[in-house]
Amino acid sequence: MVVNADFAGRAYPPTAPYAVGREKIREFAEALGAMDVIHTDPAQARARGYRDVIAPPTFAVLIAQQCDRQFIVDPEAGIDFSRVVHAEQRFVHHRPLTAGDEIVGVLTVDSVKEVGGHSMVTTISELTTIEGEPVCTATSTLVIRGGE
Amino acid sequence: MSKSVLSINDVEVGQELESRTIHVDRARLVQYAGASLDRNPIHWDERLATSVGLPDVIAHGMFTMGAAIEVVSDWVGDSGRVVEYGTRFIRPVVVPYQDGADVEVTGVVKSVDVQRGRATVELTVRCGNDKVLGRALAVVALS
Repeated sequence: MVVNADFAGRAYPPTAPYAVGREKIREFAEALGAMDVIHTDPAQARARGYRDVIAPPTFAVLIAQQCDRQFIVDPEAGIDFSRVVHAEQRFVHHRPLTAGDEIVGVLTVDSVKEVGGHSMVTTISELTTIEGEPVCTATSTLVIRGGE
Repeated sequence: MSKSVLSINDVEVGQELESRTIHVDRARLVQYAGASLDRNPIHWDERLATSVGLPDVIAHGMFTMGAAIEVVSDWVGDSGRVVEYGTRFIRPVVVPYQDGADVEVTGVVKSVDVQRGRATVELTVRCGNDKVLGRALAVVALS
């Protein structure tokens, strides 16, 4: 089915805080083959001016996907998850995600387009600390394949 | 020991980054599924992947994106300098059970803004003859 164009502009409430942890950063960095010691060694991270170990640039997807999930499971949107394809992703980092951060995400559905029977939905997740400091803007484009 | 961080004065348009081949196998995808919490079975269960019309298990697009940026992070000497990074997922990386897949990453400097301390790198990411990421652009902050 095609996603209702009325969803464009819709904003969702902030997600529950995500606690960015050292061991999750280590695990994520290892899975990607990210060898920079600032992902694993707090002393090295501090020596480079960070408060603690920092996450690799795409770590924000963990939190952004929690944001997107709100829209994907929204009964009003009526999306079949098995038909969702990730088409595009972009991150703008205001500063690196750092161990010890508690991050909330606010999801906005930026646009809904219909292309050849498929829906193309662009979402924007604004990730901030619970204190309100902007950390990352994650923009995702999802294609929801139309039924046959 | 950590390397020193790249200076903007050492960056010029057309400069090529050290390329890299990333080997992807099923074990790696399971590891990434756990780390990223993206447990979609199309990334580890070939029976399910083929039942939804895929040729075989495919890598997470975000795995390829995340592994490819390491070419930039290593070049800069500090992963925290990557201030923007975006791409399109144009073709999947198909990961057969037996041999896995090799993803080739190259990068070239597209623009340098010395005043603002910003450089833009375009990554080319291929698997076999296929370009798998499109418009993969990263902006790094340098001083």
